[in-house]
Amino acid sequence: MDIPYTVKDRPDTGLYNGKLGIWLFLASEVMLFGGLFSAYVFLRTGAESWPTGADILNVPLATLNTLFLITSSVTMVMSWASLKLKEFDKFKLYTGLTLLLAASFLVVKYFEYTAKFHHGLFPSTNSFLGIYFTLTGLHVLHIIGGMIVIFFFWMPGAKMWESDPDRFTNRIEIVGLYWHFVDLVWIFLFPVLYLL
Amino acid sequence: MADLTPEEIRHHVKTYVIVFVALAFFTIVTVAISYLDLGVGASVVLALGVASIKGSLVACYFMHLIDEKITVYWTLLITATMFLILMLLPLGNMLAQTKI
Repeated sequence: MDIPYTVKDRPDTGLYNGKLGIWLFLASEVMLFGGLFSAYVFLRTGAESWPTGADILNVPLATLNTLFLITSSVTMVMSWASLKLKEFDKFKLYTGLTLLLAASFLVVKYFEYTAKFHHGLFPSTNSFLGIYFTLTGLHVLHIIGGMIVIFFFWMPGAKMWESDPDRFTNRIEIVGLYWHFVDLVWIFLFPVLYLL
Repeated sequence: MADLTPEEIRHHVKTYVIVFVALAFFTIVTVAISYLDLGVGASVVLALGVASIKGSLVACYFMHLIDEKITVYWTLLITATMFLILMLLPLGNMLAQTKI
């Protein structure tokens, strides 16, 4: 038996099931990160003193990472647009670029984290570093999770393009929505943690 | 987004490029603002204001929220309300502390 509404929109929701599913998942993600942002405000407003992020963290590296992520969002949406235009080779190119940019983000994050550890700065050092490592660590896990799914659709999962191209295109739209959300979270994490 | 013609998709692609340039520009603006000595209040408002513009661009154009079904808008309205409550909790705490 086929899974219903993987391509066609359901009459009652006006969406195919996967799309409604990812939006509900993203709603839960908003609450997950929202809870931690709220904790950040609690910690900051309750602290006697709070460091400026730029005094402890590396702003140029974080700016570079911001550029990596927003570029990866563009390549992700371009890979979906390529499938809509039936240009599978371009889809492969843009998806590969998305993975490369995501990996670059992780490499920069690795250097940032190890530099902190070398200077004796750990999550247990103070509240600022505690919430910094929690928020960015959770974000990094989302990047890794996204990379695994994108890699699957880039390589083995891409076989579906031959058997069911519309369904495959929808799958890329769904993973794209997740990826843009991860980018969106970083857009707020960057000024909150590094610049204020 | 299901029934777009190739012409419409090509038009979308042009929009994506323009949005990308805007995002890169606003990223530089965010960093530049942080180097100005504006005080905490003004810095927070400006930095979060620019981040909100960037976030809106990503949500509206890359996530296609500018042209989405009503089910998605309702889902996001409920989510935004809950998110706002989460953000107001620390404010309530601050006010309670001020009274003491």
